[in-house]
Amino acid sequence: MIIAIASGKGGTGKTTVAVNLALSLDNVQFLDCDVEEPNAHIFLKSHLSRAESAVIPVPEIDESKCTYCGTCRDVCAYHALAVVPASEGRKGSVLNFPHLCHGCGACRLLCPNGAIREVNKEIGRIEFGARDGMEFIHGRLNIGEAMSPPVIRQVKYYIKPARIVIIDAPPGTSCPVITAVKGSDFCILVTEPTPFGLNDLVLAVEVVRKLNIPCGVVINRADIGDGKVEAYCRSESIPVLMKIPFKREIAAWYSEGIPLVERDAAYRQTFINLYITICGIINETNSCC
Amino acid sequence: MKLCITCVGKTLDSSVDPRFGRCGNFIFFDTDTGVFTAVENGNAQFPGGAGIQSAQAVIAQGAKAVFTGNIGPNAHRVLSAGGIEVFIGVAGTVQEAIEGYKNGRYTAAERPSVGEKSGMSAG
Ligand code: SF4
Ligand code: SF4
Repeated sequence: MIIAIASGKGGTGKTTVAVNLALSLDNVQFLDCDVEEPNAHIFLKSHLSRAESAVIPVPEIDESKCTYCGTCRDVCAYHALAVVPASEGRKGSVLNFPHLCHGCGACRLLCPNGAIREVNKEIGRIEFGARDGMEFIHGRLNIGEAMSPPVIRQVKYYIKPARIVIIDAPPGTSCPVITAVKGSDFCILVTEPTPFGLNDLVLAVEVVRKLNIPCGVVINRADIGDGKVEAYCRSESIPVLMKIPFKREIAAWYSEGIPLVERDAAYRQTFINLYITICGIINETNSCC
Repeated sequence: MKLCITCVGKTLDSSVDPRFGRCGNFIFFDTDTGVFTAVENGNAQFPGGAGIQSAQAVIAQGAKAVFTGNIGPNAHRVLSAGGIEVFIGVAGTVQEAIEGYKNGRYTAAERPSVGEKSGMSAG
């Protein structure tokens, strides 16, 4: 079973929910896909024992075969190539902008002169670790790189669906989130009961609905805002799975990197109940279609 | 010789657009004939690579010099490879920019003046 934890914006407590849920269950595989800022390992204190490169294939041009026809530039949807034809005694050139390249391979495939080959470029690292029985994997995008989906895909390559897979998705509602959440059985959306929280929640709901993934909401700092998030969930028939109150000590533990369930054991049962509720929803969804 | 001036509008009396890749229009001015054409910049809304595409458009038009406010590293690299001189810090109207060039008021920029994506407006 794969459960993704997402949120329309950062700082809502997404990682808190993911970490505490993971610590309350057995047989968990934790995938931190928030590759621009992977921080779940700080709370899980997982021991990272192995790493590998996350790479994308970027083009390398053999200018001795190149006629500066411009095909590669024209097929690149990401504007990662420029071709300057020869003129007035100046030789032509193909300029490569690897940080814009998505590694789609179109240029190599369509170059009429076989002048392009692919070379792997490291854009991040995947690190593997463990804690008690929990398997832990996260991706980390190298500084200066912008292409997180390939790193996220590489993390997800190691999914073991026979376990309870918890995916900590990146914040937002764009490509990286979709890459992280896609293929999950359920998505927990973490939000705050504020107008901003609601605004981002609505966008996040649109994304998971497009992906056809059942979702539910966890409201963090549940007692600070207004009731609009709950009213929205009611009107859209989205279950509110859990509410976490605003407490000074929760914030203090968070800043020290201490998960809730390790300080207040009563929360463990709350998170187990969260899991049971999710299983119920998944079973219901499956049996009606 | 063909000059390219980034421009807010489409006439010689409109202002030079300080952005290169995300400028409104390119004005191509032929110093031999005094004829100009305005070409809308179709690359302005690209999330990435606007400067590269714009530089390609300038090369395709056969311009030999670019006049603009600022230029980023990617566009500068492409224009340099195309042997195109880049003049930055240009302000005022297109007409003034052309006259300034004729009077030798500008010196070509050896390097980009701003970082990547700086022409992007917020949101
Ligand atoms: S498609 Fe091939 S031959 Fe044409 S410009 Fe690109 S690399 Fe050169
Ligand atoms: S691999 Fe794809 S994205 Fe990268 S340069 Fe080639 S066509 Fe562009």
